Amino acid sequence: MELINQHTKKIMEGCKERARAAGLRFENESLEYVVTNRDLLELSPKIMIPTLYDYWVHDVEVLKGKGKYELYPHNPYETVINTRPAISYYNDNNPDWLNVMIFYHVIGHIDFFQNNLYFRHTWDYDFTGEALSDKRVIAKLRSEHGHWVDYVIEFARGIDNLVGYFPELHRLFPVATTQLPARLDYYFDVFLQNIKKVKTSEYIKEIERYNQCKAEYADLCDDMFFAEVDRRHPEFKALFTKYKEHKSTPPLDLIQYILENSAFVNKEENKWMKIIIEVIRKTSLFFQPQIRTKIMNEGWASYWHEILFLQDDRIEGHEVDFARVNAGVTAMPRVGLNPYALGMRLFYAIEEWADKGRLTWDFQRLTDAYQREKFDSTLGRGREFIFHVRENLCDFTFINQFINQDFVTRHDLFVAGRRLNESKMVWEYYVKSRNSGDYRQMLLDSLYHPPRISIDHEKGKRDNTLYLVHLFEHKPLIKEFITNTLMGIEYLWGGPVELETHEPLPKAARSDRPKSADRAGEPPIQWQRVVYTMKERKLSRRVAA
Amino acid sequence: MKNEMREIYLRLKARGLSPELEKKILSEINAVEAPPLADETALKPPVLPGVYAFADLQALQSLTAAVQNHTSQVRTIDDLLAKDRQREKDGFPRKVRVGRMIKPGRGGKDKVVVVPTATEEKLMHDPSFRDQEEETAGGGSGEGEQGEVIGEEPVRQSEKGSGAGPGQGEGEQHELESSAYDLGRILTEQFELPNLKDKGKKRSLTRYTYDLTDRHRGFGQVLDKKATLRKIVETNIHLGNLPDVDNIDTLDFLISPKDMIYRILSREKDFESQAMVFFVRDYSGSMVGKTTELVVAQHVLIYSWLLYQYANQVQTRFILHDTTAKEVPDFYTYYNSKVAGGTQVSSAYKLVNEIVEKENLAQDYNIYVFHGTDGDDWDAEGRESIPQLKIMMRYANRVGITIAQHSAGSSTEVEKYIKKSGLLEQAPELIRMDVLTDDADESRLIEGIRKLISQDKR
Repeated sequence: MELINQHTKKIMEGCKERARAAGLRFENESLEYVVTNRDLLELSPKIMIPTLYDYWVHDVEVLKGKGKYELYPHNPYETVINTRPAISYYNDNNPDWLNVMIFYHVIGHIDFFQNNLYFRHTWDYDFTGEALSDKRVIAKLRSEHGHWVDYVIEFARGIDNLVGYFPELHRLFPVATTQLPARLDYYFDVFLQNIKKVKTSEYIKEIERYNQCKAEYADLCDDMFFAEVDRRHPEFKALFTKYKEHKSTPPLDLIQYILENSAFVNKEENKWMKIIIEVIRKTSLFFQPQIRTKIMNEGWASYWHEILFLQDDRIEGHEVDFARVNAGVTAMPRVGLNPYALGMRLFYAIEEWADKGRLTWDFQRLTDAYQREKFDSTLGRGREFIFHVRENLCDFTFINQFINQDFVTRHDLFVAGRRLNESKMVWEYYVKSRNSGDYRQMLLDSLYHPPRISIDHEKGKRDNTLYLVHLFEHKPLIKEFITNTLMGIEYLWGGPVELETHEPLPKAARSDRPKSADRAGEPPIQWQRVVYTMKERKLSRRVAA
Repeated sequence: MKNEMREIYLRLKARGLSPELEKKILSEINAVEAPPLADETALKPPVLPGVYAFADLQALQSLTAAVQNHTSQVRTIDDLLAKDRQREKDGFPRKVRVGRMIKPGRGGKDKVVVVPTATEEKLMHDPSFRDQEEETAGGGSGEGEQGEVIGEEPVRQSEKGSGAGPGQGEGEQHELESSAYDLGRILTEQFELPNLKDKGKKRSLTRYTYDLTDRHRGFGQVLDKKATLRKIVETNIHLGNLPDVDNIDTLDFLISPKDMIYRILSREKDFESQAMVFFVRDYSGSMVGKTTELVVAQHVLIYSWLLYQYANQVQTRFILHDTTAKEVPDFYTYYNSKVAGGTQVSSAYKLVNEIVEKENLAQDYNIYVFHGTDGDDWDAEGRESIPQLKIMMRYANRVGITIAQHSAGSSTEVEKYIKKSGLLEQAPELIRMDVLTDDADESRLIEGIRKLISQDKR
């Protein structure tokens, strides 16, 4: 790995100037390296962070990458990483015009990293620097504790997808709430709605009673009102006290919970494990926003490399070369999803809508197709608006908010279906739906979504058991992975671990039997609640009542 | 096919069938009559790249990691496996899997790539779950009415171009062998699979080595001094130049040019043993999904192990059977074929016996037969299979039967009749059986191989 030469660096600096003029905002410094295929072999298992800690599974992953590559030559590699300064990687024989295009793309990413609020927690430090010191710490621990370091890394990585990323963001952006008394909030927001589950009419009646009370007694109102509440619901006081206790401690994610409460890692001789676990958690948190903004991030970078490249005076004569490469990257596939293509088109569309004022209620309520097509309030705020989108949204909100029928229709998008044609023995792809709702749902379903696992303190009270509950979302866990993951948690926790989850009941029919022709007749999936118990490295499973 | 199956059914029925078995047979016949079914597990739909499969280096710069040759790879594997043994000592399950990938090639030139893999287990949603339930493949763009078919993809790529024709590259073939040989070495050394104690006496007649072993009078490459001296003494005794044995005067000796004995380069027959392995697999309708995978994975491992044991002198034959048996040319076809037929194990055994007899293989080869099945057999008593099996045991070094049961519990027909026949007890050095359930993992498979090939008396 070596830095790009001065000639190429100069081109990069020229790109930065032009990008700034167009409105992109990013830090001045950046590092560009030339990489070979061999470098990538080392870098890709470390997610392109050259200073990430060493872990032997990385070596296997490297090997796996090799073999996998032999079979299926595609692998995820990023060109730019979110560090201070941002580091990006280049092939050493790129022609200048291609480097210009890539630079603009990279600048798009850097701008996104440094302005999108989902990356807020990565702004204040340089990850490569921290990773390097962590790597040294881990190397030192390895010299003291030998291969046990690797077990701790392994087991902590086993739960690093369950980190509380959103709570972490929440901590950074405290929501300004109205300063109403907590008791009142609790009564109306939680007690009536979630615990009593009163009907809407009764709920409104209660609000009215409160308003009346307020009008009559003014300052004394709260006491009067809750005196009545206490009379009606004697349990209210106790529940509220309990709620306050619970609320005052922010929920910990599984790793944090283990760090704080595990008897095992808090033993004096095991304290070193906590350092490693912290490193794993921090690393995971660092990468969380990246996977949650894939479509936006690639769309944003593609949008800008296209616009800025075509305006760049230095690359005249290479428009056709550019068009070829650009089409390869940003063409909508006939079947499949391409984050570059989709994200870029969506940014263009949003810009146009905002320009024409179509993101307003005036436009939304129009039902006449002709009027909709002609609608243009010449607002001209498009560019400004997409910068706002780039700052505040993530993939989920981006798609949920902006995939509409106009967009789907304009780009001829559809949900592709696949079925088996038994007489020809081929998979047939067909147009399943051109409805924007279906398309949006298909996209949302394809987004990264780790399981949500919470800790049940009540059920875990006996025998120092850690009782985990997997939130039911009509998605089963991968069964093969449960054993080793729970074994890792048990090791770190130092006691038995139970995991409650839902599994579909097996379908009765075996395959020799002819199936009924219509699949619609299949019964819906039956779910059952099961509890896995990991005790002394033995897994057992029982069906919960 | 349907008619054939009906015939077999009637024949069996005349002999008497249990109602349970009859029901099973009829349903299998019906399965053939009905259009071939789409089983989700057997016919896994191709996975389209999702949003996260794209990355800049690849998309913008066509940069991907380099490929290393497998020799250096194997050296690393050794380190990894040492690490893995340490895990076992520390009380954790092994993590490194010796992954095999069968890379399909055109015209049956597929190769096995040996790759160590380790999965990082996490609590994750099962992505295949939704795919099975729903027919949504992903997004798309372009023209087409709702419901219109826009493209097709063959379910099995191999059906187009299987059948090894002439011009099959030697080099490609070698690549398979060397990778599989490494796998065999790893299996033997790291997973402590036994070495063959007796490789049999059948010898290869086709390989020669050259060595200075022959003696020749008068000329040659190296003078054999001891033999020459002996010859000279002999000659002179005949000439009477040696009157007193206790007082020899060598100066009186006459030396004839013919007395010079040399070592001369000569062609020697190679006495390496060679093996012929028959892999037999049930590919009836019931063998869908996991059972097939297990059986085939085990067969790859066995093949690799034998390849190492016999120093590459192993030839393979692949036999598939449902109610009838057929030989297929390559591993890829062997791996990927599937029909919705019934099951008659005897047909396959018969075919193996026929091939061995017709090609007179028993004379030159150590013959191994490995059979994988889910244990269903219409011939529930083994009335036809057992006699064929007995014939087979006359020439085979080892017959190994793997039964991958669909669910634990009740034993299958094949298991029952083989146990009942008492062959396992009579000739444990010739026939072995391994029964596993279809959720077995790799370590269980290797355990199974140990059982199938071990030469310890039980």
